[in-house]
Parts: sequence; C-alpha cells; structure tokens
Amino acid sequence: MIEYRQISKTFDDGTQAVREFDLTIPSRTTTVFVGSSGCGKTTLLRMVNRMVDPSVGQVLIDDEDVATRNKVELRRSIGYVMQHAGLLPHRTVVDNVATVLRLNGVGKTQAHERALEVLTTVGLEESHARRYPSQLSGGQQQRVGVARGLAADPNILLMDEPFGAVDPIVREELQGELQRLQRELDKTIVFVTHDIDEAFALGDQIVILKKGGEIAQVGAPADILAAPADDFVRSFVGLDKATRTLRVEERDGRSLVVDGNGRATGVLA
Amino acid sequence: MTWAWENRELVLELFWRHAWLSAIPVVVGGLLAVPVGWFSHRNPRLRGGVLALVSLLYTVPSLPLLVILPLVIGTGFLSPLNVLIALTIYAVAIMARTANDAFGSVSPAVLDAARATGYAPARLAFTVELPLAGPVLLAGLRVVSVSTVSLVSIGALIGVSSLGSLFTDGYQRDFTTEIVVGIVATVVLALLFDAVLVLLGRLAMPWARSQRSVTPTQGRWAAFFTRGGVSAGGDAL
Repeated sequence: MIEYRQISKTFDDGTQAVREFDLTIPSRTTTVFVGSSGCGKTTLLRMVNRMVDPSVGQVLIDDEDVATRNKVELRRSIGYVMQHAGLLPHRTVVDNVATVLRLNGVGKTQAHERALEVLTTVGLEESHARRYPSQLSGGQQQRVGVARGLAADPNILLMDEPFGAVDPIVREELQGELQRLQRELDKTIVFVTHDIDEAFALGDQIVILKKGGEIAQVGAPADILAAPADDFVRSFVGLDKATRTLRVEERDGRSLVVDGNGRATGVLA
Repeated sequence: MTWAWENRELVLELFWRHAWLSAIPVVVGGLLAVPVGWFSHRNPRLRGGVLALVSLLYTVPSLPLLVILPLVIGTGFLSPLNVLIALTIYAVAIMARTANDAFGSVSPAVLDAARATGYAPARLAFTVELPLAGPVLLAGLRVVSVSTVSLVSIGALIGVSSLGSLFTDGYQRDFTTEIVVGIVATVVLALLFDAVLVLLGRLAMPWARSQRSVTPTQGRWAAFFTRGGVSAGGDAL
C-alpha cells in the first residue's frame, strides 16, 4: 500500500506542483494518475521512489516513510518505466534488463539468465538480447523498458507515460500486454498518462488531476463514468463527446451499439 | 628518396622520438582534461570562468613557453620534459572544452532513467556518463593528437630533437629534401595516431556505430567520429 499524506511540492523556481495531496493506493492494483500537462502527475509518481522529495508531507510504502529509506536502495526495490524507455544506449538489451540485478550484486550469469526469462515474459525473442537499444523499434524498446522494471521482481512498478512515444497500434498492443502481465504478476502499479482512454483501459483506480495536483475525482472507471464529480471531469472523460454517448439499436435481430453521431461501433454480445 | 633511404636510421629514430613525445602529452592531457570538463559541465556557474581560464593557456605562444618553462620548474634547458609539459598544457587547453561539451551531449533522460533504476552517483559518473561522453571525447582527442604531433616539431628549436630537427637542419643547410622528408614523416605519424584512436574507439564503443537516437550536437560530433555513418536528430522509433 502506498499512501500520500498531506503532500505539497514547491520547486526551486517557485512553481507549486502539488498542494495538500492525500491518496491511498491499494496493493496489487493499478492506479492511474491522469491529467493534462502541469497537473503534477509525474511529480507525484516520482515521489514514490524519491526522485522528487515532497516539500511538505509524507509518502508511505507499507506504513514506512520513504524519507527514512536510502534513496539508491529504495529505487532498486521499485521498478521504473519511462517514456522513450530510457535505456542505456551503450549496453546491450540483456545488460539493460539485468541492470538492477547487477546493481544489487547478483552474479553476471545469473542476472543474464533472469533477464532472458523476463524478456520472454514481455514478448521479446532471445535474438534481441545481444542487440543495442538503438537497433530495436520503439515498441520493442518499450518492452525492454518494462522488462528492466520487472527484472528484480519489485512489488511496485512506476510507469511514467511509458507508451506515450509509440504509435497508436503498438500502444494498444502494449496496453494489452500490460493487462496480461498484471493478471499474472499482481504488482502494485502506479501509471501516469494524459490519455483518458489509456487510463480506463488499464486502471482499477483512476485519479483525475487538475492543475496543482488537485484531485478532481478518484474512482473505478465505471464509477467515474456513472457519476462524474463535476463539469471538469465530465468534459475530461469526454462524456460530452459523441464517441462516449452510446445507445443500442436493433438491426436484423442483433443489438448494435451506436455512438452519438449515429455510427455503429459494435454489437452487444 | 635516396636521401631518406640513406638516412633511414636517423629518420626512424626521430620518428619514434617524435611518437613518444606526442603520445605522452595526448594521454596525460586527455586524462587531466576529462575531470576538468566534467567539473565545468556539472557547475554551470563556474563553467564560463573555468573554460576561459583553460583556453587562456592555449594563447601562450609556444616558443616563449618552451624557453620560460625550464626557469619556472627548474628542468634543464635541453630536457624533453619541457616539451612534454608544454604540450600537455596545450592538450588540456584544447581538450577541456570538448570534454565539457562531451558530458553535455549525454542525454539527460538516460541519466535520469539510470538514477531512477538505482545507480549511485559515482557509479553513474563512471559507468554511464563517461562511456556515453566517449564519442565526443574521442573526437576531441583526435584533434588534440593531430595538434600535438605538429607542435612537437617546435621542440627542435630549443634542442629537443624530433622530426622537427629535419626541418631546422634542412633549413640551415638549405636542403629541401630533408625538409620534405620531415613533413611527410610528420604527416604519416599524425595519420597513424589518428588511425589508432579510431580503432581504439571502435573497439571500446561498438554501440556508437549503431547509434541512431542522438542529440543534434552529439550527432555532429558522432558524424565526425564515424565519418558520416550516422543519421542525426530525433529519437529512434
């Protein structure tokens, strides 16, 4: 369980990224921070592994204040996946995945064995392992990034817009993979995105943020769609848009789902 | 040609002398400049001052420096140490700015990611920052090596023999062949140094040749380094 208690963050240049933020993230679920740029979502994410320290307040992991933990050790115990994968360009794929294990003092052979295993888990072949990151496609690099985050088998996985830089088709594929992985691995995932569809696709708990880290609404996707807290949420999740306002029409004995523009988007199973 | 062949022992001896008089300043100067460049990159407020100070060293004319050095550090007038020290100073002067740029060329996103995966500061500097600065450092070292090889010749004027002695001797005797042999041998040596550096770079940085995602500045240097085998700009997808 991750808890934010009365968190505020003012950066050196005076901008206040987050003000009096409170939230509990249950274990073994996926929580998604979603909001426009400048809402402090990445800042909040980076407080979990102390890449950012709050100006006021505490972040607790299983009731332990992260401020009392050694930064470097804390980071090694938490998986981190970022946009553009953030792989080390001078290390091969397998070395990149084995990074945290090696930092933790695991022997090279053993670390590589584990790295190859994780690469298979994220859907990459062994032939990719000896290449350099720049020799892979964006989607493949992102898979390597996920594999690196998972290699040391952390309880918590932080994902900062991990699929933001890949094209829509690959993004959907990676989202599907992440859902599958989460069913198998049962991690506590904190995910940051500006894409509400991605948030709904992946999140058990959605945290919609306004400017300055103010929470607009927290809840499961269904709760948010059923009862949006205010107009901001209503417009942010797109409830005013034709693509979200669906109705059912009978056609040739089947129930078609039709959107607000009258376009058929699916059938009721 | 006949002159060169008849005097091959002398030319060869001067060639090797010239080689080690060049190699030592390149290596020592490079080693000294890297921490200076790292420091100035890390401290933007001091950067201007540090780099200006170091560059100022390069404006000291070489001949007076060679004459003054023995007086300052107490070496003999004919000691090769004078040349070695003077050239090391020049090497640092050229290399420090490039080293600063080299560390500046390392993608901040990569460093951020490495920090987030749990690299401690010292380990980050030595195993991530330094190797990633490698291509630009190498490009700088190649400039230093060419410059040093040509500057060693000046030592001949104060009696430290090298291939430069062929110029001074040929000039005094009004003997063009000797001068030409000196020039050709110096060029060959400079090319040889360059080839060794490129080869070492390829062995030490096999990843740099497959590099596609580079920043524009890095791209410029990397293109210099791999002779245009690089498409710069943007992120590889």
